[in-house]
Amino acid sequence: MFENLSGRLESIYKKLKGRGVLKEADVDEALREIRVALIEADVSLPVLKDFLSQVREQAIGQEVLKSLTPGHQMVKVVNDELTRLLGDEFREIEMAPKPPTILLMAGLQGSGKTTTVGKLARRFKEKGKNCLLVPADVYRPAAIEQLNVLGRDLDVAVYQAGGEKDPVAICKGAVEEAGRTMRHVVILDTAGRTQIDDALMDELKRIKAAVLPHEVLFVADAMMGQQAADIAGTFNEAIGIDGVILTKMDGDVRGGAALSIKSVTGKPIRFFGTGEKLDAIEPFHPERVVSRILGMGDVMSLVEKAEQAYDLEEQAALEKKIKKNAFTLEDFRDQLKQVQKMGSMEQILGMIPGASKLKGLKVDESAFNRIEAIINSMTQEERGRHNIINSSRKRRIAEGSGTRVNDVNKLLKQFAQMQKMMKKFSMGKIRSGFDLAGMMKSRRF
Amino acid sequence: MERALTDPVETEEKKGGFFARLKSGLSKTRDTLAGGIDQIVHGRADVDDALLEELEEVLLLADVGAGATADLLAALKKEVAQNRIRDQKEMLESLKEHMARLLTENVSPESSEAGPTKVILIIGVNGSGKTTTIGKLARRWKKEGKKVLLGAGDTFRAAAIEQMRVWAEREGVPCIHQKSGADPSAVAYDAVQAGVARGMDVVIVDTAGRLQTNQNLMEELKKVKRVIAKVLPGAPHETLLVLDASIGQNSISQARLFHEAMGIDGLVMTKLDGTGKGGVLFSITRELKLPVRFIGIGEKAEDLQPFDPAAFVEALFAR
Repeated sequence: MFENLSGRLESIYKKLKGRGVLKEADVDEALREIRVALIEADVSLPVLKDFLSQVREQAIGQEVLKSLTPGHQMVKVVNDELTRLLGDEFREIEMAPKPPTILLMAGLQGSGKTTTVGKLARRFKEKGKNCLLVPADVYRPAAIEQLNVLGRDLDVAVYQAGGEKDPVAICKGAVEEAGRTMRHVVILDTAGRTQIDDALMDELKRIKAAVLPHEVLFVADAMMGQQAADIAGTFNEAIGIDGVILTKMDGDVRGGAALSIKSVTGKPIRFFGTGEKLDAIEPFHPERVVSRILGMGDVMSLVEKAEQAYDLEEQAALEKKIKKNAFTLEDFRDQLKQVQKMGSMEQILGMIPGASKLKGLKVDESAFNRIEAIINSMTQEERGRHNIINSSRKRRIAEGSGTRVNDVNKLLKQFAQMQKMMKKFSMGKIRSGFDLAGMMKSRRF
Repeated sequence: MERALTDPVETEEKKGGFFARLKSGLSKTRDTLAGGIDQIVHGRADVDDALLEELEEVLLLADVGAGATADLLAALKKEVAQNRIRDQKEMLESLKEHMARLLTENVSPESSEAGPTKVILIIGVNGSGKTTTIGKLARRWKKEGKKVLLGAGDTFRAAAIEQMRVWAEREGVPCIHQKSGADPSAVAYDAVQAGVARGMDVVIVDTAGRLQTNQNLMEELKKVKRVIAKVLPGAPHETLLVLDASIGQNSISQARLFHEAMGIDGLVMTKLDGTGKGGVLFSITRELKLPVRFIGIGEKAEDLQPFDPAAFVEALFAR
């Protein structure tokens, strides 16, 4: 996420490093690079112009802090301005005092509305809220079926409109039913279109007037190009939006749309979608996103992910084992599985500060699978006592796992090193942890 | 209200010729691109740097991208310096030429070595319009008298199979499908096998949308391609990447990474009737030399048209 932009900005800052004073000419040169970088990041041109003039004003007028180099000073200005543009801290969707809380989803075709409805429903359900999902997209083939399937998978109720074909009537009926059946939240999934047209806007306006939603959430594809600002602006003017959900943020999208939409509508970005699975929705924290843009990593997200993926009890048991020096290959395999639960290695690396500098470091995700296969091909005894693995056992293991003896050797060698390191850990006060980055850097493991 | 579910057949006959449709479909693009350029060009007496700067802005706003825009402008500047461009009209003509060249350089004839059954594999990111494109292609080829079979290879997204079946039913073509969550390679296998056995002219295989950075899913896609080749050597005869015109510079990354992983034979750009300008095509063809096969300029089935670079550029600049 945002890595390409990070890379560009880093090269910009390098140019400014090592200079005594932040001169006007330096600033302008840096701004030219920033302009190209942000165009490549799909920041809409009008938004970009404002941004650059703000940065210029700030940068040139500003005293260079004693503790900072001019390059860093420039980073700080860009950082502050991006943070200011992207807005405040994350705010949860508030429950209406009198249920149900009505959410109206709006957006273009293919922006991911229906999937986002499922993600929100899952999130509300986790928080103990009772949802009703409403399929009001009567145009796209199987759109209603898609929401029904999601509802079934999530065990969340989906409004059944019967033969009703008018989206306004469907939404009205659904909200009434939600009131009767004491739902906490109603989520209205409306039709998208390939273009902004009056018919679509009119329909949304009529739905809004009929059900008076507490929040209108604009769902937008984070990969949108220059017109992101226009589209968001049009939706905002026509129906009035209260928040934005950015989808498809898990690719290599540079995220310029986030800047464009936020600065045109002034409405907070609430969540972003980071994958196809229904749990892939994350609260939007502007500071974290800015950190990412500026190549400073996103440690907070990493910590949260780790917390979610790691089983605390298992972790405690493992620490005990390490202290007793009884860490086996089997434990090692379990650890790897937990790390994999956190997401792809590339995702994780992207969150580590400075990791964007390691570009070209191609993470071989299949390395994990190979390690797992090798360990799986060992007998119970071998996993517990790796010292007994002699060359004939190695050959068997290599054959069983579809690897080479060389691979088995490498794994055993690394495991032995790791055990040694752990001994040191357990003697000192350092908590358990593995040098994963080091492991990934070496070619095959 | 006229929507996707209204039967396209009723309205289709009333439409004008191809150029009229293309023009009206591209009107949004034209308004921005050509409209913008025309405005600039007519309001200025001389060719100067300010004019070039404004041209740059127009191109950038159309998602042409920083690199391709810089190239186009550099070419114009060179011609100005050589006195080959003397007024704004010549500048516009020259720009058109350069843009058309970027698109035409890479157009190769469609591969014709396909046997009796031609297999088309459709790939792309989520929401780019793959399934809809397949529906439109099915109608197009069926109308040409070809026997078409669809393979519902998107087994991941909820109700994608149903969406494909609705299209198949609407177009009256057979659709091979398994249940949701099935192995997409198995669906592709069945579809191609059925296509060959039933003597179909075209088999179109759908795939689930995936982001180009997801290595595992790209591997899955490679497997689909391998499995198709196993059933029918030489297939798929065309692997088409579907791009959404509203997506900005990320389309370049999409084209690049899908191409690296699978080898793409052509591009389909959808949603050109929307606000998307599709200018990113210039960057993609510039970098990857991939031909654009079809463009989608509306919601009706016949709004998917073979890409004609000259007409595309002409329509962009038509008044």
